[in-house]
Amino acid sequence: MSATLPISGSKPQADAALPAAKRDLAPLLLVPALALAVLPFVSLPTWVTLTVAGLAMGMMIFIMASGLTLVFGLMSVLNFGHGAFVSVGAFSATLVLLPMRNWLETDSLAANLGVLGLAVLVAMLVTALIGWAFERIVIMSVYGQHLKQILITMGGMIVSEQLINVIWGAEQIPLPLPSSLRGAIFIGEAAIEKYRLLAVVVGLIVFAAMFLTLNRTKIGLLIRAGVENGEMVEAMGYRIRRLFVGVFAAGSALAGLGGVMWGLYKETLVASMGSEVMIMVFIVVIIGGLGSVGGCFIGALLMALLHNYAGFLAPKLNLVSNIVLMIAILLWRPAGLYSKSRG
Amino acid sequence: MSELTGEPILTLSGVHTHIGQYHILQGVDLVVPRGGLAVLLGRNGAGKTTTLRTIMGLWKASSGSIVFDGRDITKLATPDIARAGIAYVPESMAVFSELTVRENLYLAARNGPLDEARVDWICGFFPALKKFWHYPAGNLSGGQKQMVAIARAIVEPRKLLLVDEPTKGLAPAIVQSLMMAFRELKDTNTTILLVEQNFNFVKTLGDTVGVMDDGRVAHAGLMHDLVGDDALQQRLLGLSLDSHQ
Amino acid sequence: MLIKLLSGDLPRSRALTVLLLVVLLGLLLAPFLFAGARPLNTAATICVYIVLVASYDLLLGYTGIVSFAHTMFYGIGAYGIGIALASVEEPTWGIVFAGLGLALLLTIALAFVIGLFALRVRAIFYAMITLAVASSFAVLASQLSDFTGGEDGRTFSVPELLSPGFTLMENEVFGRAVDGKLITYYIVFFGCLLLFLFLLRLVNSPFGRVLQAIRENEFRAEALGYRTVVYRIWANVLAAVVAALAGALMALWLRYVGPKTSLGFEVMTDILLIVVIGGMGTMYGAVIGAALFILAQNYLKSLMGQASEALADLPMLAAALHPDRWMLWLGVLFILSIYFFPIGIVGKLRFRRK
Repeated sequence: MSATLPISGSKPQADAALPAAKRDLAPLLLVPALALAVLPFVSLPTWVTLTVAGLAMGMMIFIMASGLTLVFGLMSVLNFGHGAFVSVGAFSATLVLLPMRNWLETDSLAANLGVLGLAVLVAMLVTALIGWAFERIVIMSVYGQHLKQILITMGGMIVSEQLINVIWGAEQIPLPLPSSLRGAIFIGEAAIEKYRLLAVVVGLIVFAAMFLTLNRTKIGLLIRAGVENGEMVEAMGYRIRRLFVGVFAAGSALAGLGGVMWGLYKETLVASMGSEVMIMVFIVVIIGGLGSVGGCFIGALLMALLHNYAGFLAPKLNLVSNIVLMIAILLWRPAGLYSKSRG
Repeated sequence: MSELTGEPILTLSGVHTHIGQYHILQGVDLVVPRGGLAVLLGRNGAGKTTTLRTIMGLWKASSGSIVFDGRDITKLATPDIARAGIAYVPESMAVFSELTVRENLYLAARNGPLDEARVDWICGFFPALKKFWHYPAGNLSGGQKQMVAIARAIVEPRKLLLVDEPTKGLAPAIVQSLMMAFRELKDTNTTILLVEQNFNFVKTLGDTVGVMDDGRVAHAGLMHDLVGDDALQQRLLGLSLDSHQ
Repeated sequence: MLIKLLSGDLPRSRALTVLLLVVLLGLLLAPFLFAGARPLNTAATICVYIVLVASYDLLLGYTGIVSFAHTMFYGIGAYGIGIALASVEEPTWGIVFAGLGLALLLTIALAFVIGLFALRVRAIFYAMITLAVASSFAVLASQLSDFTGGEDGRTFSVPELLSPGFTLMENEVFGRAVDGKLITYYIVFFGCLLLFLFLLRLVNSPFGRVLQAIRENEFRAEALGYRTVVYRIWANVLAAVVAALAGALMALWLRYVGPKTSLGFEVMTDILLIVVIGGMGTMYGAVIGAALFILAQNYLKSLMGQASEALADLPMLAAALHPDRWMLWLGVLFILSIYFFPIGIVGKLRFRRK
């Protein structure tokens, strides 16, 4: 449907005789459906722990994937090198996190969050800048040539991974969680890891921000219109190229944010982390439908929840849970949960 | 043509357009006088849509010049051409289906919020717009979408409107609404360049007419001269235009 | 006669012909030209990679399909042989062919299903899906360690004829003992040669021409009456089968299978690099590209190592020239090729001729 949740954010007129706007809610229901379906098989505390873990992981993947899907929907550019921004973001964060290690060791939530916030800011700035440069220099020249895009962006990913190794060294960098975020809180018997809770909160904030931007601002309007028909937007007097670059940079910044969060989640940084997580990002983008932020959100949650539930209930199946989910969704809706009008 | 006052608002001189290996426009000369409604007629494939798209910069002219309001816009980018004061209503209407009617119009209003009075005026001849104001434009019927497309082009005053076959596939009642809209528009300072195949629709509306064939303008002149001359009509359009629907 | 052998697809460039002859002779006579195990290993790797990349060229260069599942089929072929031979006490030819047969069946089935899926989705989708499938397969392979030997892979023994201890003749020929290694090498060499000529025949046949038509303009091909779906599925299956055979040959040579050498993303990246740098849609690009690539990979790295040490005072530069960073320069070359030699080395050589 649209690059947002299917709720159009507007009220219908008084005369109810008009056809109501179609609301495609079925995909939305999949998430609670999955969660509830698993409930009979596990104890409630376990269910809570698993669900929060799944939501947290899903939020992080959503943050990383949203940029990719929006860029594709708007510009028809598939950035196979998106994972590079994830890695670069995570590594750039170390420029703040390592020198300010002491602040992270204190138990003050405020101090910890402050440093994290600063690290995230730096990461997002760096990735936005690199994204901007990458778009202007590399991508712009291969607009419309999908094959070349795939190849060039892959090349970019390889080069950036290697450059990370050159700049930061080839070993893994451990990234311990800040002290106030270690461990878990207990609700009844259910253990909920503090960091995962933070991830869910951040993910919801990002999603809300994207939703509001897309639906309530003129830029969001331009993006939604541009996804449908960029040519017409230009014919209405808007320089859509500038919008493209902006969205690309924003998408890269989001990937950077996701990278920082993912790095802390894994408590380890390695140059190939971006490409490792890209498989899941691609699956999520495919499931959600290329260009649909809402679909991406649902897809990420579904995949992460399934991954966590399967990991607990049927570990052997866990290996293929992603693929099975992807095939199942594609059999139901071949173009993904919400496909754009361009399909 | 010279009966309408002043400098022409749009002049095409020797415009050629190539699309891939196809040479579509082969030297188009067209003059659109200021303030009237100019009609571009011609068979399918004569190059009418290509002409509009070339003016709009969606396709680049390979040679020739396009001068709008005293300014050479041949090499300008599409957004800049739009900002110079040209609005475009394509054949496919290109309304944004996921956006509501209101959002479609809001996007078209580059210079700020929607002018209430102007919107009311537009809704005067397109009442369906008010009815469907908050509905996704994709839910509307063909005729209603056409109204949205035209409303978009005029939600702010523009110097020139390029309209491509607005009546195609529409019910007669809707065609009537469109005719009324164009009449009212003519009274404002907007020049209109209308591509049509429906001669009946344009014969009372148009001031000047150009007939295209094989990528060139084969005939240009006043509309009422063409309307009065059956023989000329036969020659240009291959059949009597009275039966041309 | 030569023209028939090459199915009419001549190099069309003096420089290219020379290079091709050098590669051919070099590979043919490798055991006798170079002493030691390493050059022979390099030569065998070049043979296999030529076929692997050429089969990928069939998909990418001739049909215009971007697939990331190619290494999966290569791996299946390799593991087919590997698992079969590792599971028995006595490695016999029967086991070899049984393993190969099963691997080929799996390959054909998978390639067919994946090709069928190509019906429903766009090219970009297809690329992403093959990526997802291939990486899941790789994860599966490394996890099912009882079967596949996990991350470490499995070594196994080969039938007696091919084992290093076996000797065919008493005397040495041109300084080389005629042992199992030599025999294995020539099986690999001639096997790859045959597969390459087969691919050449394929792309120069009416079938190959339809593939190219599909690549250029699928819509038009459909309009002309060709059921593009069928052709693409065929292309998929054929490319996969050749890749699997290449994998099997490699496994026989190495007497080892493992996820890194057979299934890893590194191999896929290598293939992409070679096919682009060598020249897409030319087949010969695979030959030149693979030869250059493998040679550089084996011998350039030590050069890089020396340079890196020499520059120890400039840490950034030294790090950049470290042999482990070989991919960095390859990546840069790759990006540059896409921009400046979209027709690859072969294309450039041919172009100059005109």
